[in-house]
Amino acid sequence: MSAKNTVTTLVLAGAVSTALATLAVAGPLTKAEADAAMAAKKEKCFGVALKGQNDCAAGPGTTCQGTSTADFQGNAWKFVQGGTCTSIELPNGKKGSLKPV
Amino acid sequence: MPPEPVCFAAAFAPGLLDPDCRVPQVVTGPNGKAAGKRYDVYRNNVTVSLIDALAAIYPAVQRITGTDFFRAMARFHVRSSPPTSPLLFEYGRGFPDFIAQYEHAQTMPWLADVARIERAWLDAYHARDATPLDPAQLGAVAPERLADLVLIPHPAAQIVRSDYSAVTIFAANRESAPVDRIDASTPEDALITRPGFDVIVRHLPAGGAVFATCLTQGRTLGEAAALALEASADFDIAVNIAGLVEAGAFTSIDFGDA
Repeated sequence: MSAKNTVTTLVLAGAVSTALATLAVAGPLTKAEADAAMAAKKEKCFGVALKGQNDCAAGPGTTCQGTSTADFQGNAWKFVQGGTCTSIELPNGKKGSLKPV
Repeated sequence: MPPEPVCFAAAFAPGLLDPDCRVPQVVTGPNGKAAGKRYDVYRNNVTVSLIDALAAIYPAVQRITGTDFFRAMARFHVRSSPPTSPLLFEYGRGFPDFIAQYEHAQTMPWLADVARIERAWLDAYHARDATPLDPAQLGAVAPERLADLVLIPHPAAQIVRSDYSAVTIFAANRESAPVDRIDASTPEDALITRPGFDVIVRHLPAGGAVFATCLTQGRTLGEAAALALEASADFDIAVNIAGLVEAGAFTSIDFGDA
């Protein structure tokens, strides 16, 4: 094992029992109740939880996609700042602006 | 006599993604006339459907860049990396790496990581169903054996690490609500799981990515905890065990002595 430090059995056992206490649910809950309890806790103990939108989430190829869209080819297209990138900043003041070619 | 189907496809396909390629000789109109416009319909449909596929897999990236930028970037990728599988949801695995080196996206160094989270999201969505580990099984392990146990990863569980605030940017752009200012400079690691039917993306706490990666690679709980502590002094073993188990990152316990 390459780690310099070792975690003692005592520390590990304490951590696991603390973890299980966090997870413990009193009595049998319905799935909905358990999900709600878990959802409430997630925010506190494990950062942001994002469920995402599952409607239409199976990805491409699962529906018959329209084929009439035209692909405007050539070099006439421009980089239009239509997105949210301008709200996203780095400390050096750089925004995610899109430069035209 | 009509050409053999396989030979026909071999002659028909190469020009579909290359506008400079001449119309294949096997494509002709009535009386043997040239049929360039007819072939262009196929070219258009192939290109548009692959760009649409990328837009469906990477909606946050599209929202960040705007549609025009996204479709232009996607078209370059489609032309340089045609599909290798007939399964369209498998397409675009190389898109995050393409974004990372795409010259016009260099002002958005976090964009490739956001794309990696989106790809992981779809892979988790399509991963094999499996019942997550029951916490009681962990509770039943004798304390002296805890350090040596190995946790078997859930098929949907994935970790994406980023030097930027990729999880926050991802989360803000997978929804339609307005995006407030985001400071992109905080490194964030994502845990992607699907304990039931819904894919869940979480932000891993300090040391969490090292811990989770070690565990999914089959290291023992003791080794993983030690390496995570080495990577981050703020690493909290209890919080991370609880978080990973609750997220459904594992299916079972193994002692590696079988």
